Parts: sequence; structure tokens; C-alpha cells
Amino acid sequence: MEDFEPNIIGFLCNWCSYAGADLAGTSRIQYSHNVKVIRVMCSGRVNPMFVINALQQGADGVLIGGCHPGDCHYQHGNYLARRRISVMKKLLEFMGINPERVKMAWVSAAEGRKFADVVDEVTEEIRKLGPNTKIRRKNEW
Amino acid sequence: MRIGVYVCECGKNISATVDVEKVVDYAKSLPYVASSRVYKYMCADPGQELIKKDIEELKLDKVIVAACSPRMHEPTFRAAIEDKGLNPYTLEIVNIREQVSWVHDDKKKGTKKAKSLVKSSVMRSALMEPLDRKKVGVTHKALVIGAGIAGIQAALDIAGSGYQVTLVEKTSSIGGKMAQLDKTFPTLDCSACILSPKMVDVGRNPNITLIANAEVEQVDGYVGNFEVKIKKKPRYVIEDKCTMCDDCVAVCPVIAHDEYNQNLSPRKAIYIAFPQAIPASYIIDPDDCLGIDPLICSKCKDVCGPEAIDFDMKPEIIEDEFGAIVVATGYDTYPIENLGEYGQGNIPDVITGLDFERLISPGGPSTGALRRPSDGKLVKNVVFIHCAGSRDPAKHLPYCSKICCMYSTKQALMFKHEVRDGTAVNFYIDIRTGGKDYEEFYQRAAEEAKVVYIRGKVSELIQDGDEILVKGVNTLTAETVELHADLVVLATGIIPSQGTKDIASVLRLSLGINGFIKEAHPKLKPVETSITGVFVAGCATGPKDIPETVSQAGRAAVRACNIIAQDEIEVEATIAHVDEMLCRGCGVCVETCPYSAITLIDTKRFGNTYKVASVNEALCKGCGSCAAACLNGAINQFGFEDKQILAMIQALGEE
Repeated sequence: MEDFEPNIIGFLCNWCSYAGADLAGTSRIQYSHNVKVIRVMCSGRVNPMFVINALQQGADGVLIGGCHPGDCHYQHGNYLARRRISVMKKLLEFMGINPERVKMAWVSAAEGRKFADVVDEVTEEIRKLGPNTKIRRKNEW
Repeated sequence: MRIGVYVCECGKNISATVDVEKVVDYAKSLPYVASSRVYKYMCADPGQELIKKDIEELKLDKVIVAACSPRMHEPTFRAAIEDKGLNPYTLEIVNIREQVSWVHDDKKKGTKKAKSLVKSSVMRSALMEPLDRKKVGVTHKALVIGAGIAGIQAALDIAGSGYQVTLVEKTSSIGGKMAQLDKTFPTLDCSACILSPKMVDVGRNPNITLIANAEVEQVDGYVGNFEVKIKKKPRYVIEDKCTMCDDCVAVCPVIAHDEYNQNLSPRKAIYIAFPQAIPASYIIDPDDCLGIDPLICSKCKDVCGPEAIDFDMKPEIIEDEFGAIVVATGYDTYPIENLGEYGQGNIPDVITGLDFERLISPGGPSTGALRRPSDGKLVKNVVFIHCAGSRDPAKHLPYCSKICCMYSTKQALMFKHEVRDGTAVNFYIDIRTGGKDYEEFYQRAAEEAKVVYIRGKVSELIQDGDEILVKGVNTLTAETVELHADLVVLATGIIPSQGTKDIASVLRLSLGINGFIKEAHPKLKPVETSITGVFVAGCATGPKDIPETVSQAGRAAVRACNIIAQDEIEVEATIAHVDEMLCRGCGVCVETCPYSAITLIDTKRFGNTYKVASVNEALCKGCGSCAAACLNGAINQFGFEDKQILAMIQALGEE
């Protein structure tokens, strides 16, 4: 398990978390390479289907980054995301998938260091959980 | 479908930790990719020309640029491909600098991640559809929030360009902190003398509508069309009728603290903040007044000749529309109560820099003779402590407040001019004199006026009889220093004002780590914010001196005019859209939308009427929350379609 490198898909909102990730870059803060980012305008755009799909398509974990509660650029998209993801985690549990594979984090545009820490933490947690095998599809193409 | 993938080296910023040649080779192996190239600076003209030439010669349909963050150069490359007839919204940017090369040292792992990200963008690009540029009308009017020197300058500059501007100020008068200063560095200009002409200009400029004693409560809408609710608190004095005769003040029985004089002198419940205040009208403070009720006390009303006093004034909500907004909400100073080592405000003769400005001002509590607060004794020995709360990440503010070295030096010089035989001692960590003529000013204080500078921090202040014992250290001689002072002035640092925090939450502006408003780019977009059409000037973005504030306000004004001068402005194209055939009219999206941009409308299909969702394109801001909520997948977001995101997920999942 030591040499297992988890493959994690991150959905980051444009205004806070993605900007926080950019700040980690401009500040040259080093962090694990395992999270690959898809930019969305708001964490509220993250359809729970995307999360299930990510796990099906081969991701070992999913990270959703949004603005801090109360700071959403679109008023309350992050609250919607939080509600949807917590309900979806129950579904994952029902399906026999460890819900800890899905993480939500609030990272503001000023928190480059926090973003790097979140990525490192999530990577280590997923590394401990091992590869996701449950609903993973076999790719033919 | 023919896609071109362009990988930027960014000098060595990317190529040092990402093998760009390998990324290019990999891109060429991906479906639809007709060309892939690497170039040293893709954003430079030759880089853009390279892309444009390929679009023409290789007949590309789509372009992907793997370079820095899309937050940086997306507009640059969108314009470049549009120049050659491609739809700007089909451009894909892969962020391999901020999110790969700068954060991963390991070249092998970095290159692998870069390849993976390029692949996901190729998958998305293949599914990208051209979008229409959406335009909306613009209200040719600007709003400036906060009327210190920053807001005053911004309002004057906008008005000077011929546009209408509304200036909203929270307190009873414009002028801000600058109005409290006695003199300004490095010229020792009298602050009121240079500020009050500008204040008068604001008062009489026909293009400026001044709303004092008011706060911005709510802002809706978007660039070009902000809908703003301003709450004007009752002044209880009719501004136009008040002649400033002062008769009311003479009869008012209430003694209250004078905030303008830093609570160092009394005022009445009916008062004017300071003689040059604009609007030039008295105000009744409802918290101090016995009751705003003629049954309890109406002495001021009885004596008022012009009948300017109106106890029945109610808070007023003013609703208006603006094309652009300038936030100039200024700063507060670090609370002395937080400084345990300096007595937490419990030693009366330990005061802040702003207190000192009032004490030494001819218009201040002691009419210019520098008397100390505790017993009114004339001051002979002053100690100035720099960085009180600043540059102390362990306990206080981590940052440098920028102006304190200079204002402490100014105050020491003012003191020496006032009290020729007095001594002024400055304790400093470093002297920072970055500014035109600042170093010369400091030299003048130290050499000509014999102001003493001791490099080192003060560890403790203790009341010792009627003096203050200052315990510190001289780090140049490695000796402890103990001396007695009549008065100690703390150069307390600059913190974001409460108004800055409040307006940031109303406008949903991003804040930086220290709580100041974050600029869109720290160097090249210093007055732009995370919200298009909202600009910021002065200390709301961080500590600044007056010249810097004034120039920033000028830029903010120009940027606001850039918007309000236009008849139409482009807005978000990545908005929600509905597939009516899939919609079952359940209304989940209607409840989800934060902007009430979705409504259920009737549609005729095969002779029957059905309810379906419909998006108001002007109201939709493109968050995509509705698309995530729709149970039928009937509502989606341009540029962030389910299928596009799912294609990216698939590419990233496969590694």
C-alpha cells in the first residue's frame, strides 16, 4: 500500500478555492500532486452525479472546494453543495463505499497555505483507504 | 474537429518542473488534436501569432492553451482566437503553472499531472459549443461608498468626467480620518487646509449627490446595473435649513464624548462633527439625546430660529441604480485595548497617534497647547513607540502598517516645533521611509530637530508617580533602556474598518488574509476586485499614505468611468439554459436560484399547455446551482455542461 498513489479529482469553485489554489502556486507552496482540478463557477454546480461518476471512472477520492460559509460569491451555492454532498455520502455508505472518500473543504482566495494543507491531508487519508474498487468501471477505450 | 494545443514554457516557470516537450508529444497522440506546439512565452505577441497562424493554416476549430491560471490570461487568448474568427468561449486553458509547475518539484510527477490535465481539457474542448456574447444596457451613474480622502477624490474625479455620482458616508460628515489629522508628512501641510477645499467642492459639485449619515444596506444586480438600497439615518436637523448658528448647542443639557476629538473632549447631543463639516449642518445623536421627544426635552427645537429641527424624521431607504461602484471604506487603528504590554488603554497618558493629532491640533481639545489627558500638564518629554501592534505575527498584526514610521516622525517633529526644549524619543524596529522626500524628512527630524531614535522595542509601560516609566531595549548597543515620559504615543497599526468588513459582506467581495479587500491582481489590477464593476481605493485594500490613496482613487474613478461611459456592456455568457422537452416543471431550480432568475412559464406542446422553467438571461449570473439540482437534467449551464464536465471526469479518472 506504501507506493499507492491515489487519484483524486477536485472540483473547485472559481472565486474562492480555485483562487486559493492559484495563491498556493504564486506563493510556491509545495503539496502532493494527487489532486487534479476541474474548475466550476460555484461549488453549487457540483452535481452529486459528478462525484459518483468520478468514483466510477477511476478516481479514488473526490475533493469539493467552496467558499467559506457566508462568503459564497453566489450567495448560498456552497450551502447547497454541503447539503447535497452530505446526503450523497449517506448513499455512498449504503452502496458500501467509504464516504470518507469524498471531502468538502472551505478554502478562501486568501488561503493558499490552507489549500496545500487540505490537498496533503486528503491525499494521505485516501492513501490510507487504499484504491477504490467498488463501482469502478473497466475502461475499454 | 481540429484542436490545437499550445504549451507555454513561461520562461522557465513551467519548463523547469514540467517536461513541456513530453506534454506536447502526448497532446499530439490525443483524439482531435491536429497540432501541438511549445513556445517560451505564449502570452507574448509571437506566441499569440503562432496560435493565430495555426488557426488559419491548419484550419483549427478549437484552441487549448496550457499555461498559467485562466484567471490570468483567459481574456488575452480569447481575444486572440476571436481575431481569427473562432468563438472566444471555445477556448480552453489548462493551468499548468499555478497548479502544477509552481507547486510540484518532482518533474516526473508534475509532467504526468500536466498530461492528465491536458487530456481532460481536450475531452472538454471537443464538446465545447460556441456561445453568444451577451450585452446589457448600462446606467451612466456611479456610487462611491465612504467619503474619506479616497472616496472624496474618486467622487470628484468621476464628477469631473461629467458623470453623475452618489457619495455615501456613514458618519455625519465627509472627510474621514484625514480630517482628524493636524498636519501631513513630509511637507507638514495643514491637513484641514488641503482637505477642506476638496470637501467644499464635493458639497457644491452639481454632479455629486452626497448622502451622509447613511449606509449601503443591499446591492443586487451586476456590472452596469447595480441595484442599491441605501439607508439614510435620521439627522433630526433639516440640512438645508440649518444655518450653523450654534444656538442649539448652547442650550443642549447633554454632555457626550466628542468622537472627532478621539473622546478627549466633550460635545453636546446636538453638534457638528467639526467646523468644516460637509454637509454643513448640525445633527442630533439619538443615543445621546434625552429622547428625541419634545415631551422630554425640546430646548434645541425651541431655540432654533430657522426651525431646522425635526424630531419626527424617520430612517429613509433610498433605492437607486448604478453602473459601477467604488468602495473607499478606509481603516481603523489597532485597538489599544489589545496591547497588554502598553497598559491596554488603562494608563491615561498612553495615547494613540490619532489622539496625539487631536491633542496638538489648534482645533483640538486643548486648543493646540500640548497638554496631556490625565492632569492637563504641559508635556515636556514624549516617547513614540513604533509598530504598536504591527509586525508582530505572534501576538498582534503580522504586517507592516506602512505609515507609522512617517507619522511618528512627523508627530515628533511637530512636538519639537511646539515645545522647543522638549525631548522626543522614538523606539523603532526599522525605519521605513519609502516615499518621495520621506527619507529627507526623517533625516531632518533626527539631525536638525534632534529627535532621538532608539532601535528596539519597548517591553513595558508602567505608571510611575505622575510619569510613565518606559522599559525597553536598545538593540544597537545591546543595553536595556529605562526612561521617564510625560506622554507616550503608540503608533497603532492600520486594520480594516468595520465599514470595510460590512460592505465586503454586502457586496460579497473577497478578502485577503489580513481582512483587507483583495485586489483582482496585486500588481496590475490594484483597484479591481473579485466582482466586475466594483472597484476599491484607499486603505480598504491595505495600509496606504495619502498620496498613494489619492492616486489609487483616481484610477478607481477612471475604471468606474470606463464602465459608465458605455451604452452597452458584455455580461456573463456561461449562464443557465433549459431543454424544454426534458423539463417536467417541478420548480426545484426555481427554489435553488439565488437570483430569482428562473420562473415557470406556460408552453404549448402538441396542443397541450405545460409548465416549464425559463431563465431570465439578464438576472442569471451563471453559478450552475440549478443545473446540479435538476432531477431531469433539463437545465444546464453554457460552458459548464454536464457532458463537458463528465468528459473531464472520465479523462482524469483514467489517469
